[in-house]
Amino acid sequence: MAFTRHPLLRHLFLASLWRRPLATALTLLAMTLGVALGLAVQLIHATALDEFGRGLRLLGGEADLQVVGARAGFDDDWYLWLAQRPEVAVASPLLEIEARLPGQDRTLRIIGLDLFRVGAITPALLPRVDRTDDADPARTDAPHPNRDPDATASSDQAAAPPRTVATDGPDRLAVLRPDALFLSPTAARQITPAPGATIAVQVGLSERHLRYAGSVPGAGVGTALAVMDIGAAQQTFERIGRLTRVDLRLAPGITREAAQALLNAELPAGLRALTPADAASEALGLSRAYRVNLTMLAAIALVTGGFLVFSAQWLSVVRRRQEFALLRALGLDRRFLWRALLAEGATLGLIGGLLGVVLAYLMTALAFRVLGGDLGPGFFRGLAPPLRFEPFLTLLYLGLGICAGIIGAWFPAREAARMCPARALRAGDEAESYRAHPRWRLTSATLLLAAGLCVLPPVQGIPVFGYLAVALLLLGAVLALPGMTGVAMRLLGNGHGLIPRLARARLAAAPGQAVIAGAGVVASVALAVSMVIMVASFRDSLDAWLGTMLPADLYLRASAATASGALDEDAVARVSALPDVVGVRPVRFETVRLDRLPEPVELIARPVSTTSGLPLVAGRITASSRPADPTVATTLTSRSALPPAWISEALADRGELGLGDRLDLPLGEALHGFRIDGIWRDYARQQGAIVIELDDFRAITQDRLTNDLGLFLADGADPEAVMQTVRDTLGERVSEMIRPEALRGMILEVFDRTFLVTYLMQAVAVMIGLFGIGTTFAALATSRRKEFGILRHLGLERRQIGALLATEAALTAGVGVLVGLAAGGAIGIILIEVVNRQSFHWSMDIQIPTGVLAVFALTLIILAALAARLSGREAMRQDAVLAVREDW
Amino acid sequence: MLVFTLLFWTGVAAEDFAPVLEGRVLSFPQDTGAHPDHRIEWWYVTGWLTDTSGAERGFQVTFFRVATGIGADNPSRFAPRQLLIAHAAIADPAIGRLLHDARLERALEPLAGAAVARTQAWIRDWDLVLKGPPDGDEGYRTRIAADSFALDLTLTPTIPTVLNGRAGFSQKTPQLTHASYYYSRPQLAVSGQIRVRDRDLEVTGRAWLDHEWSSEIMPDDAQGWDWIGINLHDGGALMAFQMRRDDGTALWSAGTLTDPSGSTQALAPEEVRFRARRHWQSPRTGATYPVSWELDLDGRILRLEPLMDDQELDARPSTGILYWEGAVTLFDEEQEIGRGYLEMTGYGQHARF
Repeated sequence: MAFTRHPLLRHLFLASLWRRPLATALTLLAMTLGVALGLAVQLIHATALDEFGRGLRLLGGEADLQVVGARAGFDDDWYLWLAQRPEVAVASPLLEIEARLPGQDRTLRIIGLDLFRVGAITPALLPRVDRTDDADPARTDAPHPNRDPDATASSDQAAAPPRTVATDGPDRLAVLRPDALFLSPTAARQITPAPGATIAVQVGLSERHLRYAGSVPGAGVGTALAVMDIGAAQQTFERIGRLTRVDLRLAPGITREAAQALLNAELPAGLRALTPADAASEALGLSRAYRVNLTMLAAIALVTGGFLVFSAQWLSVVRRRQEFALLRALGLDRRFLWRALLAEGATLGLIGGLLGVVLAYLMTALAFRVLGGDLGPGFFRGLAPPLRFEPFLTLLYLGLGICAGIIGAWFPAREAARMCPARALRAGDEAESYRAHPRWRLTSATLLLAAGLCVLPPVQGIPVFGYLAVALLLLGAVLALPGMTGVAMRLLGNGHGLIPRLARARLAAAPGQAVIAGAGVVASVALAVSMVIMVASFRDSLDAWLGTMLPADLYLRASAATASGALDEDAVARVSALPDVVGVRPVRFETVRLDRLPEPVELIARPVSTTSGLPLVAGRITASSRPADPTVATTLTSRSALPPAWISEALADRGELGLGDRLDLPLGEALHGFRIDGIWRDYARQQGAIVIELDDFRAITQDRLTNDLGLFLADGADPEAVMQTVRDTLGERVSEMIRPEALRGMILEVFDRTFLVTYLMQAVAVMIGLFGIGTTFAALATSRRKEFGILRHLGLERRQIGALLATEAALTAGVGVLVGLAAGGAIGIILIEVVNRQSFHWSMDIQIPTGVLAVFALTLIILAALAARLSGREAMRQDAVLAVREDW
Repeated sequence: MLVFTLLFWTGVAAEDFAPVLEGRVLSFPQDTGAHPDHRIEWWYVTGWLTDTSGAERGFQVTFFRVATGIGADNPSRFAPRQLLIAHAAIADPAIGRLLHDARLERALEPLAGAAVARTQAWIRDWDLVLKGPPDGDEGYRTRIAADSFALDLTLTPTIPTVLNGRAGFSQKTPQLTHASYYYSRPQLAVSGQIRVRDRDLEVTGRAWLDHEWSSEIMPDDAQGWDWIGINLHDGGALMAFQMRRDDGTALWSAGTLTDPSGSTQALAPEEVRFRARRHWQSPRTGATYPVSWELDLDGRILRLEPLMDDQELDARPSTGILYWEGAVTLFDEEQEIGRGYLEMTGYGQHARF
């Protein structure tokens, strides 16, 4: 198109960007940050999700269905049952164990599998014995015509025994040996054992020794896991008769959905057949809300960038009004002017976008190195993804950057194109641009709509309407600005002194000036204030919650609850008997699958009525009514006889459960009724959690293990000394201890780190708001040279002109800050009550840090005044006579 | 005979398993069942089938049981104490090579196992079962369903059980320690259905069943062996085998000749001689097999000719074994006197198993 090659465009328009380097640089900064943050968040998530999905596919293989239960697994009778179902062609049993490695701060995922069956469904998990004896070259694997390694799709290939068994060294039973452990390349790199070396794993409080017998070549990069025979795994990890998963390949002629329905109808409570897609969404659903929130945060930066383009372009248009009028008078087409100004915006967007893309990849690479594939809350722990170029995402964000530039330039360009050249050529016409009318009706409609949106439910777990309400509130606040300026000026009254009166008069007469200068302030203050309120409320509530959840003086565990360590009764008894230990509080963690929810829910069994430590938001703590004799309990059917359960807010929301409701928990493959006695706040388990009395749990399951043991110490006891005694008692390599203060410190540190990026974005937004005031007043000062000249003639000193500018800026900023504070408070409440509640299902106590906010507001107003004073310096320096004469 | 091949599967000493001793009296049907205390065992059915159009094919169904010596102390139901392996094949001259498939599983009832007391070996829906009084007449049934073929055959004995060697004690080398318990069921009348490349066919025919179990490993100086089991047209049966050294000479040989009445004559090593007549090289593996033999039974010269040359069974992906197992015809001069199966191992791989 000739237009883009037009020299006029290059010389007159794009070059103007260079003539105002500060404005251009800051605008570019905002665009760059917006694109970079948004793209980086997407890149990290795309890669992490991709890697995660690959891991899931690897572990899921070609399975049509996967039968899964709770974390502790299920009876392996069900495997035999499944394997014989007519719907099932091949069933492959698995026992997954997160083995704690004693003396190391890591776990190893060990999958016990039936080597003769796993090849049919998940060939990637097949182990290979590392050959130690090469004296037998004839035995190397010759390619077999009928057994293409990839041709595992047909059902009878499925029946074929695994290749590995035949292709390895003389001892063909090596893969079945009870101590043989096979490591994926990544796991081998992490653990770095010598071939044939011993790898210690922890079971309960004891150590078992496995032999590094070979590799899992199909596991690929990025997945750390180990494989062993299922019989050996059951024995080694004391899980005789237990499985955690059965992979199914269906018989020909039956659909996945039909088989799923048939199987689920007969599987016992707590056991469920899932399609691989279910399994994936189970894992991804939890992180989705978090991902959306981060994306939204990044989008704010981009919107701010667009707003900055608007603000800078508007001022630039005002400043070049006469220039444009002249061009128009000389015959420049209205459309050309319009397009040229849009091109300016687009150029800013493009350059900012390109810089942003580069920055995004740098940030992503850094994040992968520092954090792995995880953005904070641990959804994708253990992934070490490589950085990849994502063409679609990159183009998308580059496009978004350009769009933000064009949209920002849209209204200024339209305004410039609309003007009448004859009028605009006259000096002083720019005041036209500052006309603004109070738009009370539109403002109230916007705010009412925002309020209405807050009561709507989330869409697929995403608080879409909450975000919309936030956007509308921002818009409403900006719309309210002209009216509020007028109201504020009237309220200020006629004040004392010349300068304030002049300033007030100016603002009351030209509220548009306040809109342009103040809109940035309103938006950035509103966002900053809302974040400050939300983060403060969250941090406060979290701190209080930790205090309630961690009442003991010391916490002891054999491993994380998901891993293979656990404390047996004997160990608990030995620890309780230690001097200085006056009491213990054992906790057992399990998961259960409720019919009403797709994902498993955390079950926490611990003493409740006898100890404190449940941050209830509703209900009460009552003693269990379950009689001591469990056989009696099963015969009681009346609701009041049910043992109590306390559910987390997330479960109450997602499962639509309330106080007094009956909750049937699948424990030991049978349903056991509980009565919901309370709802508690839980910041730790987004999928939901249930607390029941440890005694009830033990009576039902006969499971006497303990995951976490809280120790209450005698007054004056030295926790460090007790920790040493416990280590001596249980063994240093197999136990972990932490003091609640340290844990609390760690959690709050993670919290602060997570919100660090939020603070950074808010700082940028506020900077941008201040910059808006600065540039507006610089432009105003230039265009008001004549006015200042007259004022000087009337006897005002230069200093007083500066004071006038500063006062105007302070008043503008003051109004903006006040409106921003109000809007920010409202947005903060929406974030807490709607966005957080709907995304994560947790409540918080609203905390308004008034001191911080007051300091913040005052600082902003002073900074605004300073910025205006500084940017007006040029105009004030001019000779008053020259200034007045300019137009003649 | 494959029994010895499979011993490389094991990594434990022979002392951990029950020994094979001369003088143990085999009793039936008890001994048709599995002997889990012995390291290795197999039931091996081979035979000729004729469909309604007169087309002839060979078939093979084998179930192996291997005791691993692993997991004796493991209460897990998955403990791999016993493994089951099945090979099945159909030799169809119209195809020109074997259709075959294999399965391998740990013994885990009810999915796979080998029952004691009476023949019953199965891996999922593949099985070989002996029925007999009081559940009706004595007879075997085997069912195999693979991708490219399937079998469902009833096998009915027509002559009594043949005990090989000395009353079922079958010596394999000059040393008495290398031996197995070994009996055969020749002249089994076959009827049933097969599916070959999606064509369902009614078939009849004659088959042979071997059942052998042992705990011993093959001696160092044995390279492989050649074995035949032939149903003679006169109603009798001939079993003969030789163990070969590296240089191809016989380390040991033996046989059993059964007359139509069922009375048996054991053939001593010096009475059984195998002489290769013609070789065939496998285009897949490069191994060269003597597919046609001259058999010298104490001066009586017989000739073996294969149904087709390519009856090589490459089971290396499953059991690590490469062998030739095929339908053959036995000639006396130009007179066809019997049909059965020939097994040849140790030709493709120089390495000993």
